[in-house]
Amino acid sequence: EYSPFSGIEKGAVLQEARVFNDPQLDSRRCSQVITKLLYLLNQGDSFTKTEATEVFFSVTKLFQARDIGLRRMVYLIIKELSPSADEVIIVTSSLMKDMNSKTDVYRANAIRVLCRITDGTLLTQIERYLKQAIVDKNPVVASAALVSGIHLLQTNPEIVKRWSNEVQEAVQSRAALVQFHALALLQQIRQNDRLAVSKLVTSLTKGSVRSPLAQCLLIRYTSQVIRESSMNGQGDRPFYDYLEGCLRHKSEMVIFEAARAITELSGVTSRELTPAITVLQLFLSSSKPVLRFAAVRTLNKVAMTHPMAVTTCNIDMESLISDQNRSIATLAITTLLKTGNESGVDRLMKQITNFMSDIADEFKIVVVDAIRSLCLKFPLKFRTLMGFLSNILREEGGFEYKKAIVDSIVTIIREIPDAKESGLLHLCEFIEDCEFTYLSTQILHFLGIEGPKTSDPSKYIRYIYNRVILENATVRASAVSTLAKFGAMVDSLKPRIFVLLRRCLYDNDDEVRDRATLYLNTIGGDGSVVETDKDVKEFLFGSLDLPLANLETSLKNYEPSEEPFDIRSVSREVKSQPFAEKKAAAKKPTGLGAPPAGPASAVDTYDKLLLSIPEFSTFGQLFKSSAPVELTEAETEYAVNVVKHIFDKHVVFQYNCTNTIPEQLLEDVTIVVDASEAEEFEEVATKPLKSLPYDTPGQTYVAFEKPEGVPAVGKFTNVLRFIVKEVDPSTGEAEEDGVEDEYQLEEFEVVPADYMLKVGVSNFRNAWESLGPDFERVDEYGLGPRESLKEAVSTVIDLLGMQPCEGTEVVAANSRSHTCLLSGVYIGNVKVLVRLSFGVDSAKEVAMKLAVRSEDEAVSDAIHELVAN
Amino acid sequence: MEFCPSVKNILLLDSEGNRVAVKYYSDDWPTNSSKEAFEKAVFTKTQKTNARAEAEITMFDNNIVIYKFAQDLHFFVTGGDDENELIISTVLQGFFDAVGLLLRDNVDKKEALENLDLILLCLDEIVDGGIILETDANVIAGKVATHSMDSGAPLSEQTISQALATAREHLTRSLLR
Repeated sequence: EYSPFSGIEKGAVLQEARVFNDPQLDSRRCSQVITKLLYLLNQGDSFTKTEATEVFFSVTKLFQARDIGLRRMVYLIIKELSPSADEVIIVTSSLMKDMNSKTDVYRANAIRVLCRITDGTLLTQIERYLKQAIVDKNPVVASAALVSGIHLLQTNPEIVKRWSNEVQEAVQSRAALVQFHALALLQQIRQNDRLAVSKLVTSLTKGSVRSPLAQCLLIRYTSQVIRESSMNGQGDRPFYDYLEGCLRHKSEMVIFEAARAITELSGVTSRELTPAITVLQLFLSSSKPVLRFAAVRTLNKVAMTHPMAVTTCNIDMESLISDQNRSIATLAITTLLKTGNESGVDRLMKQITNFMSDIADEFKIVVVDAIRSLCLKFPLKFRTLMGFLSNILREEGGFEYKKAIVDSIVTIIREIPDAKESGLLHLCEFIEDCEFTYLSTQILHFLGIEGPKTSDPSKYIRYIYNRVILENATVRASAVSTLAKFGAMVDSLKPRIFVLLRRCLYDNDDEVRDRATLYLNTIGGDGSVVETDKDVKEFLFGSLDLPLANLETSLKNYEPSEEPFDIRSVSREVKSQPFAEKKAAAKKPTGLGAPPAGPASAVDTYDKLLLSIPEFSTFGQLFKSSAPVELTEAETEYAVNVVKHIFDKHVVFQYNCTNTIPEQLLEDVTIVVDASEAEEFEEVATKPLKSLPYDTPGQTYVAFEKPEGVPAVGKFTNVLRFIVKEVDPSTGEAEEDGVEDEYQLEEFEVVPADYMLKVGVSNFRNAWESLGPDFERVDEYGLGPRESLKEAVSTVIDLLGMQPCEGTEVVAANSRSHTCLLSGVYIGNVKVLVRLSFGVDSAKEVAMKLAVRSEDEAVSDAIHELVAN
Repeated sequence: MEFCPSVKNILLLDSEGNRVAVKYYSDDWPTNSSKEAFEKAVFTKTQKTNARAEAEITMFDNNIVIYKFAQDLHFFVTGGDDENELIISTVLQGFFDAVGLLLRDNVDKKEALENLDLILLCLDEIVDGGIILETDANVIAGKVATHSMDSGAPLSEQTISQALATAREHLTRSLLR
């Protein structure tokens, strides 16, 4: 096959590049050589520093030539070579000359090249020209300057921010793309000034924005403004009319952007959704795959929150199941799974069964996940859905796919008790012929937990023991453990299990034999029916409360000697960032009907973290950790937020600090807290942060003592104190000497809500009755004029920090009264229930009746005091 | 940057998945091998689809990839998964059509490699550092094809051989048409 570049070789091309130095330049030849160099770079070849420098210097000679084509190639290669600062100086004057040339192509490109390779110092020299270029009458030149501005804003914001007058002028440009680029830059210059962005949106949504791209951008800004102003929302949403108007734009790009924006509005009503759904539905039957995909993907997202709104599209969705593009088909299926009602499940599953055989694993995983959610939504349909899952489990498939199915079955077993027995049997059948060791061991472990609790545990033994006979050592070892669990939990099975375990003593693998020996000796009795000691069970099957990574390091460091390895020597400090853990926790799918699982696990994480710090280990049980409160504005040098940990007699403030300056290393970071406005608190300990490198979050702590069990409140002023050291960005090494410095942080308060745990109750009425009227306190309060009933309700909920029950936090639009049920646990582990009745009159005066029941009279009174203040 | 529509990469591959010209604008693929792995994966995933009449679309590692094929050339444009699909699609169409104009409708690998300078300039005119510069194929091709002398250049700077070469090129092109 012929290629102009066949047999091309870097060394030879670099030789050829000498033509750049010829006194009589051959522009065509030079262009060809540059193309070859670019080809090499594009294919992934790289030049050494010397080679790049050499090419760069000879390329600079080409500025003598007047051939436009060649000049364009010169611009390209300069950008690709990304010269160092001292090299940039060589071409600066040539490029500045081009920036002021009469040829527009030169000007536009020279601006882009110069801005790409320049650093801050040079920028001030050319700033004047760039400002002129922004308002240049040639749109290509103006766009080049504006786009360069967008890039430069990342590195030199203070300079680019000075251009806002020119950018503002460019927003009015008649050239469509100039307007788009100007709009993008202007918003970024002003992104921290909400009012300015809001004004910008107000003026532009009235005027005419020309290009579809600019229109899309404006829609995005509008959504942001709506998001930020939605807190005081009552009546019509601001700018909704504009978004809806965009649904009738002539460009599909804009229509879609607007439809998507509407579906993503927070708390969108079905009336607001309808026009957006209508246009998306039209897109579903478009001949263009991209349009169908975009529409079905958006509807799929809507179906998660507003399934009813999407049901109108179900017929179109069903026809998409046979779409050529499998991504579209999969999205259609999963949307249908979300919007379908209980009676349609069977029919839908039939359609899916045909569909599953001809799609790739990655799509199947998506479908499996959707089926799991469906099963949790309609628990009565578990037979059909479990049957489907077990069928696909038997078919061919890769590891990820099988894992998704197994995970789904496990979730369903956990959530739907009726599904347990059949689910476990499906899993048993699966491990009879499972090629994935990981899955086999996971299932065996799960069987060990769930199997003994079933009505007839003995029927699983056969499947488990088969593993001991047939599988590899890893699976055999887990099968032995599972057998032992059955033996320990089900006393009647013990003699038979012992027979099986004894056979494992002759296994040819050490681990399998060791496990069998251990279990035989600890589970107790010599095979007779006796109850296994609780401590033994805890020791054998309890969870290990050590970070595994720490255990691994300790084991690696352990040198075989007379002294046995002591597990107590393993550090309990969790090394990984709590942020990462929190993220992981947030990602976990929380089953329906189990809302409090999320926050509880966060407390758990913090609890372990705090206990591992010696200074705080005596504080006892952690009662509550607040959500992080930001103490700095976005995009400042140092980002700090605080988490308030409440203990019975103490509070610990955990300051999460991030250093956003690459050239700095902070050391000995502490927070100086002024608690003069928090009289009941007394500082007892601080834990400074040794070093805070760039972009690696670190924590420092300050602990206060407070009267026991008392919900003390107060205001805290904070200063970040540290030693700052300069870091050389190229080597990453910090200088020896540092300078002490301070950084003022915002203040925060410990509020009564910090002493209240959000704990829901499943049946408020029952809970209310069972607490009884002994410590009930009822009073009425006038809340004065409020923006809306909704706002008043959410303010009171936030003030109390309690968990709204039975969906009563949602206030119907235009209602004149509302009842809200709250539940929580107050410090000292006192259960509290609150019934709030709100009423509003025509002057928006809100009145509230507050009824509290709790286990303690004092607490009931305390809740009233909270509100009274 | 969060609001501005952005493009993560533009790829032009041949019918075996080899690079003709590629341009990356995002840090998602820091090394050449990660880039190659992405190209290979995208190519394998899409090669059996029929993306000739209309552009096709797929999701890939939290990215959306929109693509279109012509002869033995495969065009791809990638954007983040929260990007407006139709914007990415417009960029692809602009690139696709501009290449068609520049190659005078002989859109195949051989022609593309022979005019690689035009292809690279074309990429340069469509997106700058991830930000869309232009999507109208005629404007893009127009900007790329201004292959004339700088108005200020005296004719004498053109050497005889250069003039001959230009003439020869014009002749062959007109014959090929």
